[in-house]
Amino acid sequence: MLHIKCPYCGMRSQNEFAYGGDASVKRPELNKETTDSEWDSFVYLRKSLRGKHLELWHHISGCRQWFKVQRDTATHEIFKTLKPSEDI
Amino acid sequence: MQKYSVFNLIKNAFTGHKNWEVAWKDPTPKSEYDVVIIGGGGHGLATAYYLAKEHNITNVAIIEKGWIGGGNVGRNTTIIRSNYMHDDNARFSEFGMNLWRNMSQELNFNVMFSPRGIINLAHSDAQMNVFSRRGNSMRLNGIDAVLLGREEVKKIIPMADFSENVRFPIFGGLMQPSAGTARHDGVAWGYARQADSMGVDIIQNCEVTGFDVVGGKIKGIRTSKGDIKANKVGLCVAGSTSILAEKLNMTLPVETHLLQACVSEPIKPILDSVVTFGAGHFYCSQSDKGEMVMGGDLDGYNSYAQRGNLPTLQHVLTEGIAMFPFLSKLKMLRTWGGIMDMSMDGSPIIDKTHIEGLYLNCGWCYGGFKATPASGWTFAHTIAQDKVHELNAGYSLNRFHTGHLLDEKGLGTKTWIS
Repeated sequence: MLHIKCPYCGMRSQNEFAYGGDASVKRPELNKETTDSEWDSFVYLRKSLRGKHLELWHHISGCRQWFKVQRDTATHEIFKTLKPSEDI
Repeated sequence: MQKYSVFNLIKNAFTGHKNWEVAWKDPTPKSEYDVVIIGGGGHGLATAYYLAKEHNITNVAIIEKGWIGGGNVGRNTTIIRSNYMHDDNARFSEFGMNLWRNMSQELNFNVMFSPRGIINLAHSDAQMNVFSRRGNSMRLNGIDAVLLGREEVKKIIPMADFSENVRFPIFGGLMQPSAGTARHDGVAWGYARQADSMGVDIIQNCEVTGFDVVGGKIKGIRTSKGDIKANKVGLCVAGSTSILAEKLNMTLPVETHLLQACVSEPIKPILDSVVTFGAGHFYCSQSDKGEMVMGGDLDGYNSYAQRGNLPTLQHVLTEGIAMFPFLSKLKMLRTWGGIMDMSMDGSPIIDKTHIEGLYLNCGWCYGGFKATPASGWTFAHTIAQDKVHELNAGYSLNRFHTGHLLDEKGLGTKTWIS
């Protein structure tokens, strides 16, 4: 069982959360020319790191806020949780 | 190579079974090979076997970080099927079914292929319509498919919950009678033994640490046992694909996720087919030892851990108990996990890459084991001929760029969408 510290609610069990994928992926900017390969990378390509991984989680059965988690994908150790606007 | 037969069994009995030849050798790597396959799992071993058998390329090495058969080929739930709707998937997996049927004879190794049939349960009229469409597509591709009504399903699996007041009543199911199971370790060992006998070097406990790429061409690999030159290198490493891709400066449409399976204590024979729950993700069969073999969803977040987490297991087994209430009385014997190379559309990739001489085999998601022979056969063809076979033409790497996705069931990495 993962224990995740929601930046808004505090420490809760994994059962309250849903996973939202790699948080380092940036959507191409709106109102700007986007090439096919930029869009392709955004939608499909992932680094899938082994080790420290910055990812999005959703406190779906709690406050329903999205936030960022820095977690080790090999050991499941959670180093830090952040609000979406914050950076490591 | 010593043949496994009843005569050899009797002959060796006189010497106390002490003089059997080793099944495969333990060579030190040569400095150069025609082809290097990275990954000594089912797909890698099958690739080496078909390179030797179909293409007479025997100066081949398999480089395995751990031991052969220690990854996903030894961790799956052994299900073999070809119940796919899309043409590319159907042709590829039905080609594989034919290889499965002759595998024990061909490899002179009993892989215990047991075509006991698979039933996908339906729990609504809409789902019955979807299954009838899938069944028709399968039959058009020459695959056996039978649409079963509620009463027909009840005759085959009377122990399922057929009561009226359940959340997900059984409306019927789609059956592929020729699907089944096999002994997964036997598949790895059978391919390894035959490949070794034809001259393939199986090098275990050898980690790949880097690649030599010069002018867009692969020249060799660097390993913990020294550098190895090769003009053709095949990547066949399932959940570790992204780790090696990073060393090649490639970013792939693949994420590594954890999938768990478990077995119950052994019980007397009760289930003689493979059954999947249609209102979630749970599947079940009974092994020859009597254990109920069960699996289901991914843990849901990127993971290289090879071990799972209880909330997912609880969720999956809740579905299992909804389908087969008797499971609640059983004790759990073992649970384990494997790391899956989840592609973004749920279908695999067997293709050349932008680096000349580097070939990619990954993205097997939930269905790697059953694809072992067809994957090895087509990957060997792709490497030997330096071009994709028509059977794996749909499994291209650039389909994510061109939009030709093979979204069979929408089962990719993004489990939170489903």
